[in-house]
Amino acid sequence: MKLLSRWSGIEKLKREKIFILSLFLGLFLVAFVCVTLGNMFYRQAEDVSGLIDAAKDTVVLKAIGISISAAICSTLIAFFFGVPLAYFLARKEFIGKSIIESIVDVPLVIPHIVAGIALYGVFMRYGLIGAPLERLGIVITEAYLGIVVAMLFMSLPYLIDTAREGFKEVDPRLENVARSLGASHWRTFREITFPLAFPSIRSGAILSWGRAISEFSAVLILAYHPISAPILIYEKFTSFGLSASRPISVLLISICLVIFVLLRTLGGRRE
Amino acid sequence: MIKIIHLSKDWKEFSLKDINLEVKKGEYFVILGPTGAGKTLLLETIAGFYFPDSGEVQIDGHDVTNLPPERRKIGFIYQDYSLFPHFTVEENIEFGLKLRKSASQDTNRKRLEEIMDWLNISHLAHRYPATLSGGEQQKIAIARAIAIEPSVLLLDEPLAALDLRTRDYLREELKRVKLKLGITMLHVTHDQTEAMVLADRIAVMMKGRIMQVGTPYEIFNKPLNEDIADFVGVENILNGVVGSNENGIAEIVVDMGYNIFAVSDYHAGKVKLFIRPEDIILSEKRGESSARNVISAKIEEMRDMGPLTRVRMDNSLVALITKQSRESLGLRKGDEVYATFKATSVHVVR
Repeated sequence: MKLLSRWSGIEKLKREKIFILSLFLGLFLVAFVCVTLGNMFYRQAEDVSGLIDAAKDTVVLKAIGISISAAICSTLIAFFFGVPLAYFLARKEFIGKSIIESIVDVPLVIPHIVAGIALYGVFMRYGLIGAPLERLGIVITEAYLGIVVAMLFMSLPYLIDTAREGFKEVDPRLENVARSLGASHWRTFREITFPLAFPSIRSGAILSWGRAISEFSAVLILAYHPISAPILIYEKFTSFGLSASRPISVLLISICLVIFVLLRTLGGRRE
Repeated sequence: MIKIIHLSKDWKEFSLKDINLEVKKGEYFVILGPTGAGKTLLLETIAGFYFPDSGEVQIDGHDVTNLPPERRKIGFIYQDYSLFPHFTVEENIEFGLKLRKSASQDTNRKRLEEIMDWLNISHLAHRYPATLSGGEQQKIAIARAIAIEPSVLLLDEPLAALDLRTRDYLREELKRVKLKLGITMLHVTHDQTEAMVLADRIAVMMKGRIMQVGTPYEIFNKPLNEDIADFVGVENILNGVVGSNENGIAEIVVDMGYNIFAVSDYHAGKVKLFIRPEDIILSEKRGESSARNVISAKIEEMRDMGPLTRVRMDNSLVALITKQSRESLGLRKGDEVYATFKATSVHVVR
């Protein structure tokens, strides 16, 4: 009997051939990520004091703080303007819809440095938008707002695309029934559509935040100062090399990973 | 009461073409039609989910054409139940109740309990829809819709996704809803049995048009044309020419070469004859019968359909007989039989 069961085990594996192959191929990429980051953590572990020094350095902490808060700002802006757009795109058919959807996705395909230059052209002191803002006393370039603007531009497609798919998955008949039961359109959106699409919107927001915090090139051009984390890391790397830039990197990704995991698990109880 | 006046609407591949219909107060009205006839579109336009291209919708004498769905006082039930998945059963039913400004919390609570009790769903109150069977879900959808005491209840193929037994059971529940609440019900389906069992009146809808309105008897026995006859299961559709007419009984020579007697006012000319297959009786001998039509034929094909057997004969007549009579007659393919039916079972149209 034992022999038989072992035999059937092999039979089972044979039937799962494609899955086993898929797993091995996929593990290659997982290993790629793990080895790269793991190596960095491992190397840093040999130099704990360097990490502690970095964690005590106010310049480093300020840079990380700027990165995190600017990414939150950009995500909130993307949320405020993007969620309504995503709802509209999910529910309405109209001429030119695919054009709007493509425009939203443009930041995904242009090189970040190019986006940075384009943003600079518009937001600099004599730029199309920069000039009138300057008259109002608002400066974008070389300012905190510049970081937010660069991040927003690069990260908005993630939120809009994911939220749109989330809204599409909400059956319009649920909205119809809610309306028939006496709920206004607005109330239906608030109580039915939005809560049901929320898991997708949240994932979109997390992706968007992650994309924002990691933005380098566009930030570099639009607002080198106030110095944000990726810029600081780059500066340390070019001036002092790997060992100087690594502690800040480890610190930054550790914080990001913690936030990422927290956001993913919190409020995810519906699934 | 629902009144639809010259309603037209085009939406995707569906359309409504100049629909005129009146559903009386407290009536159970069924719209029967094949898939793609525009039945759902009609229902959703009445509910206000779509705006008509032209025409008017009245509910209880008020023109509601320009009102949003939330102000039409309708209950709507979909085939797939459409319960709010993030709410419990209780919260689903309460959703509409809470939106009524006039009623107090206590009244709402009482009403909720009363309805759940009445439909036997109290034990499900705290469950989420995903954990319930189709039949249970549809009962909750019904509870949710009637909770707000709508003036009309619109039902879009409410039983189509259910298994046979649950369907039978819920059909009785729907009858109970109508009897207890006296509410006007407009039910859309492609299922003839459903229409026959539930409807006070039926409208046949095809390709965006209302083809015929009448009692179930009229629809199934006196269809206005061949398309309707075919759809409502009149399997014997014959072409013929009226030879003579004596005291309202016409003698008609059909294409296949034999004569059929039918109750008709036509005295001459080409006609179509509709005979329901279940109205034809088969026998081995030419029996003593008051029925005017006794036609000899040979059995060409027999098809077992569970409790019934469908028998096709060489003169193109089709009969539905019970399994029991099939066995007692010992019918087989190739047997000579007599097909007997009354003159009143034949419906004649031009």
